[in-house]
Order: sequence, then C-alpha cells, then structure tokens
Amino acid sequence: MEFPDDVFYTKEHEWVRVEGKTATIGITDYAQSQLGDIVFVELPKVGLEMKKEDTFGVVESVKSVSDCFAPVSGKVVEVNEDLTDNPAMLNEDCYGDGWILKIEMKDAGEAKKLMKTAEYQAFVKEESA
Amino acid sequence: MAKRTPLYEEHLRLNARIVEFGGWDMPVMYTGIIEEHTAVRVSAGVFDVSHMGEIEFTGPDALPCVNYLTVNNASSLVDGQAQYSILLNERGTVVDDIIVYRFSGNRFIFVVNASNIEKDFAWITSHKKGNVKIENRSDDFALIAFQGPKAISILKGLTDANVEGLETFHFAQGSFNKRDTCIFARTGYTGEDGFEIFCSPKAAPAIWQDLLEKGKPQGVMPVGLGARDTLRMEMKYSLYGHEITDETNPLEAGLGWVVKLDKPGDFLGKSALLKVKQEGLKRKLVGFKMIEKSIPRSGCDIVADNQKVGFVTSGTMSPSLKEPIGIGYVPAALAQEGSKFFIDIRGAQRQAMVVKTPFYKR
Repeated sequence: MEFPDDVFYTKEHEWVRVEGKTATIGITDYAQSQLGDIVFVELPKVGLEMKKEDTFGVVESVKSVSDCFAPVSGKVVEVNEDLTDNPAMLNEDCYGDGWILKIEMKDAGEAKKLMKTAEYQAFVKEESA
Repeated sequence: MAKRTPLYEEHLRLNARIVEFGGWDMPVMYTGIIEEHTAVRVSAGVFDVSHMGEIEFTGPDALPCVNYLTVNNASSLVDGQAQYSILLNERGTVVDDIIVYRFSGNRFIFVVNASNIEKDFAWITSHKKGNVKIENRSDDFALIAFQGPKAISILKGLTDANVEGLETFHFAQGSFNKRDTCIFARTGYTGEDGFEIFCSPKAAPAIWQDLLEKGKPQGVMPVGLGARDTLRMEMKYSLYGHEITDETNPLEAGLGWVVKLDKPGDFLGKSALLKVKQEGLKRKLVGFKMIEKSIPRSGCDIVADNQKVGFVTSGTMSPSLKEPIGIGYVPAALAQEGSKFFIDIRGAQRQAMVVKTPFYKR
C-alpha cells in the first residue's frame, strides 16, 4: 500500500496536497482498496463553499456508498470531471489522476493540522487490525 | 459468533474479504466484484454456498407433505429432478424461497436460504402433515456452486456422473475426482449454465481446490457473495429479505409462474393467494434503469408526483451492462415497460424507467 510523503491525511481516509492556498483532495490507497471497484462518483459544483467536515460528494463501489468529507474549509475551484466517465481512475491512480477536487482554502494552516504519513500509517494499521 | 463453512480456511488462503451474512462469516470478494462477475459470464466461477440449509423429508407421506407446504406442483417431479418453489404462510406471504429435490417418492430435500434455516425448520415441523420424518441436515452438506459457460467442459473431466446429459433442474449422484461421492445438480443463481455440487463437509476443500486448479487455465476464479448478488440482480432473481419477505406475496413479486393454484389438494397460503388474485395486484415488482445517472440502492424511495409510491428492493451498477440497474415495487399502474418515475437517491429525485427483464441476456 502506498503512503506518499507529499500529502496530509484524514481519519476519513482522504488525502490533501497543499500548494499555496490550493488544496487538492482525493481518497487514499487504503480507502480505494477497501471500497473495491469504484463505479460512480458524485462531484460537487464548482463555487460551493464548504466548512471542514461537510460532506461534498459520494464515492460508490459495486456494493457500497461512501460520503466524502471536506478535510479543510474553503471554496471548490475545480472538480475532476474525468471521474464521471472513468471512476475506476480512483482505483488505478488515487494520488494522481484520480484526484477528486481542488479547494481554495480559507486558512492554509488548517491542512497542516492533519495527519502526516507515519501518523496515518499507524492509524490505518490500528483500523485494519 | 458467526458460523463458518467447511471452506472458511480456503477463503482466508485466497485473501478473501470476509463479511457476516445471515449469521455466517462469508467471502464477499476475493480479487474484485467486477472481475469475478465477468469470470462467471465468460468462463466460470466457484462459489461457496455451504451456508445454505438442507431440510430432508423421508417417509410414505413425504410427497403429499411437500405438496401441502409448497406452492409448486411437486407431483410433477421425477426422481432426480428439482424445482424452484416457495413456502407461504397462511397470509399468502413468503416464508422462504427454496429448491425442492426429489430423490424418490418418499425422500425429498429442500435447499433453503441460510438466514432462514431455523425459521423454516420450525415452520415445516409445526405444519407438516402425515407420516413423514423431517430432519435439518444442513451440517451434513457442503455446497459448492460452479457456474458459467465453461463449467460443463471442466466438470465432465472430473466426475463419472453424466453431467453433460443432465437437463436443467435435474441432478445425479457420482464421484468427484474418483474420490468423493457428490450430488451434481444443474441449478444455479447466476443466469449461466452451471452446477451446484453437494458433498460432505470433509470433502469440500479438496473439491474446491480441484475446480479452481483445473479451471484456472480457462479463467475460472473463486467468486464471493458480492458478485453472486450482482449476477442474480442482472437476471432479476429474487433474494429473500429484498424482493421477497413475509410482507410480500409471490404474485406481486412476479413469481406467479411458480404458484400452481390448480394443483390437486390444498396448500398453505392458497386461500389467501386466491383472494389476492381475485382482488387484483396493487403493486408489482419491476426492473428499471436510470434515465439520470445515479445508482439506486435497496431501501431508496420510489416517487411519483412528489409522493412515495414504492421502494427499491435491490440496485447496483451492473458489471455486464456497465449501467445502473434497479428492482423495486411500484403501483400496478406504473409497472408497464416504459413507465417512468423517480428514485430518491440521497434526497435528489432521479428519473428511472421500467425495462424488460432479465436485464442481461446471454
């Protein structure tokens, strides 16, 4: 399982990559492997204002439906429209082409409070035990 | 604690994801639901369905007793033949859907749903008629389903039973790999040709391994309950607890073809069903596709004119069709092919349309 070092992680198994005020968000390798074949992604509209922990979309596998939670507060500036036609991208390249959306953060410091790689790895280990 | 089948260790060895289903720890998937589903449609898949129950009827009155307890006509069966049937209560709603196997005129076995074994056994023993002994033999059998277009060619090399000569819904006894005595039934729950193999719990692991090993070069895979569910949904086969429950009757569930109201003698639920038939069906089970892209799920409301008029019993992304499909109850007036209504999916109304079923055709 992959846990790249250039992102922050949440307890909802999402990752956040910070570049300036922009946060790119996706689901982790652990999340995609737990879900199995992802067949549908419901994306929010660009411009939506979100508070941390708001639900912003849905990722569905053949059997399950999972909400996505905003890991930081801010405004949606871009969504990955390619996922609509090719949701399996979330299984194939969850940290790359399978990104879900970009948020312009209200407070860039918020992301830095999220988990770092080692912390998240330990969290996953505990959760899957 | 959940029960385990004789194949539990095999599932662990294959890295299956285990979930609890009907009181059993069962594999929901091994490598991926879509891959397993596709294997069954193009090659064959091996399923552990040992959690299902077997209830045996023996004695001189076995046949009349079976006929009284079930809606299909068991008198039409010959030795070595099976039929899909239903146990009804006096209200005409479904206790369980089953397969009745006739071994002889005085010996029958019901294969019942895992989650209903105790309920069915209590129901049957308290409603039996005549001189018949009824035993719950569920722990004496393991059951392996081998389903898919390539199942026959692989299985015939592994048994001395004439599996090729078996018609659909017939069964024969024979040895597996010159080793274990099994019953091979040409039945299944996938819409594909295939077999269900009854064997002793002890023999099950070796049979499972042999099927997978012999089939591997042809793309045979172990298949979990996840793909079992998507396969049966594509055929619009009912699953107890979803399409059929003790709140639904078989006529509204589209199972009227199983119910032989004109068979000789009375059967449990008959008078209630006659009444249902006379009054006409208020609702019907339909298959539908989504006009607006979204996946319907079990429990979603079906809405027309902003009012709840029905509910979804099963729904998924169809791995074969690559589009969402759903099954649900709607008012009889909305049950014709082409009828439109809405599915409430997370608070949004998404339009759907009744289509011809099965959704998938070979």
